[in-house]
Amino acid sequence: MTNRSFVLLCLTPLLIFSIVFLALPLMRLFLASGESEIGWSIYLEILRKPRYLNTLVLTVLVSLATTFAALAVSTIAGMFLSRNQFKGRGILLSIMTLPLAFPGVVIGFLIILLGGRQGLINQITPGHVVFAYSVIGLFLGYLYFSIPRVLLTVMAAAEKLDTSLEEAARTMGASPFRVVVDVILPGLMPSLIAAGAIAFATAMGAFGTAFTLATNIDVIPMVIYTEFTLSANIAMAAALSIVLGIVTWALLLIARSLSGTTVAVGGG
Amino acid sequence: MLKSKTKILQLFVTLTACAFLFVPMILSLLAGVTSNYFKGVSSGLTLKWVFKVWELYADSIFLSMGLAFACLIVTLIIGLPAAYGLARHPGWLSRLLEEFISLPLAIPGLAIALALLQLYGSLKGFRISWTFILVGHVLYTLPFMVRSILAVLASMDLKTLEEGAASLGASSWQRFRDIVVPNAMPGILAGALTVVTLSIGEFNITWMLHTPYLKTLPVGLADSYASMRLEIASAYTLVFFILIVPLLMAMQWASARAQRITL
Repeated sequence: MTNRSFVLLCLTPLLIFSIVFLALPLMRLFLASGESEIGWSIYLEILRKPRYLNTLVLTVLVSLATTFAALAVSTIAGMFLSRNQFKGRGILLSIMTLPLAFPGVVIGFLIILLGGRQGLINQITPGHVVFAYSVIGLFLGYLYFSIPRVLLTVMAAAEKLDTSLEEAARTMGASPFRVVVDVILPGLMPSLIAAGAIAFATAMGAFGTAFTLATNIDVIPMVIYTEFTLSANIAMAAALSIVLGIVTWALLLIARSLSGTTVAVGGG
Repeated sequence: MLKSKTKILQLFVTLTACAFLFVPMILSLLAGVTSNYFKGVSSGLTLKWVFKVWELYADSIFLSMGLAFACLIVTLIIGLPAAYGLARHPGWLSRLLEEFISLPLAIPGLAIALALLQLYGSLKGFRISWTFILVGHVLYTLPFMVRSILAVLASMDLKTLEEGAASLGASSWQRFRDIVVPNAMPGILAGALTVVTLSIGEFNITWMLHTPYLKTLPVGLADSYASMRLEIASAYTLVFFILIVPLLMAMQWASARAQRITL
């Protein structure tokens, strides 16, 4: 056997598997989205029907809020952890990366333990404070799985920053605030955009967390799920899946071209 | 260390974030071993909920372990030769293929599962078999295996090594077995641990593909969150943590090790 045919043989199982179980099913999904009475105008229907449009807007808003909160928290914590050596740093870092392997359902449950009826906040505060099943709970759940992802990207970028630039800025009399705004943040910017895109895409597609928390909130993954299982509106479930898939895929493509990292472990 | 106000503020944010992530984990561990969580820890500590979980959900735990193992075997059989093929033929076609098999990382699991259901849902024998769930898990974990091995292979001079071996009369298969596989080992190990960790924790695809007789650990968890008392749900989560946390740590260690080699 020539070397060329051996290499081709090596790629054959992958080709067969990805055609049979990825390319064909995705094509089928796309065709299924056009199989209702209204045909391909189903994609316009998403924008025209308030139920779908409101869902779209709410999902984007919660995901945006999650992205910015995670960026703020993880950039501050990430810079702190990568610039300071102290006792317990390793433990803090481990705690902050543990949730990477948690499925979304578990994160939903953890938020219930925090803000549910038997939750910690309801027990230690006077009055009745239950937020787990509201948009706030959903936001906190999304934040929970976003912090570790953003943190890892920021820390990887922080280690590559040229500290001599900061020193130069300082010796020339720049205040700590100006050093952050003019030197550190611009240096981190590509990674921050990448991390933001990852966080946003993950939040948009998060199903497990929404499944436990958003029993009364319409976010896209939950609507896809109910359209498919309860309403048997397969075309709409397929159309929403296609739209959601294209959005998250495009975002992650941007993220990868900017920082080369893909911290897509878990899946929300 | 804490000389400036900014440092104190940074430490405060870091600790708050840590508390936000860590406190619920502790709550769940505590609730899993508390007699009556509503009354509090003062009602006594017990392992009865953990035993109850074992009684109710042992099947799901074994199914998840079996699935993770099968997933590992399949991703190795497909992924190892594929990574070698991609490493030997770098070019736009390989990039495109790598990009394509990575789609399940970028597209929500729900959409992947719907696509599989649309095409194969009517094949009853396949639909209700555990291999249907396995396909979903392989789709999701395969890119991690391929990329992990590919990163290691791409960092070494594979061509020169192979030409040397070929000049001594080694066949394609011998070179693959004696040069490629041993050199790719750190990548294989990191990929394998990632595949097992992700497979055990996978929910989004599995929830759509599972049947009432085939519940994986995370599916069982969702089930217990919806229908069981808080102590049982917590004890079940505790069991899950015991399984997943060591795997995650091993995975991070192996990935860092493989990355040092590629630099």
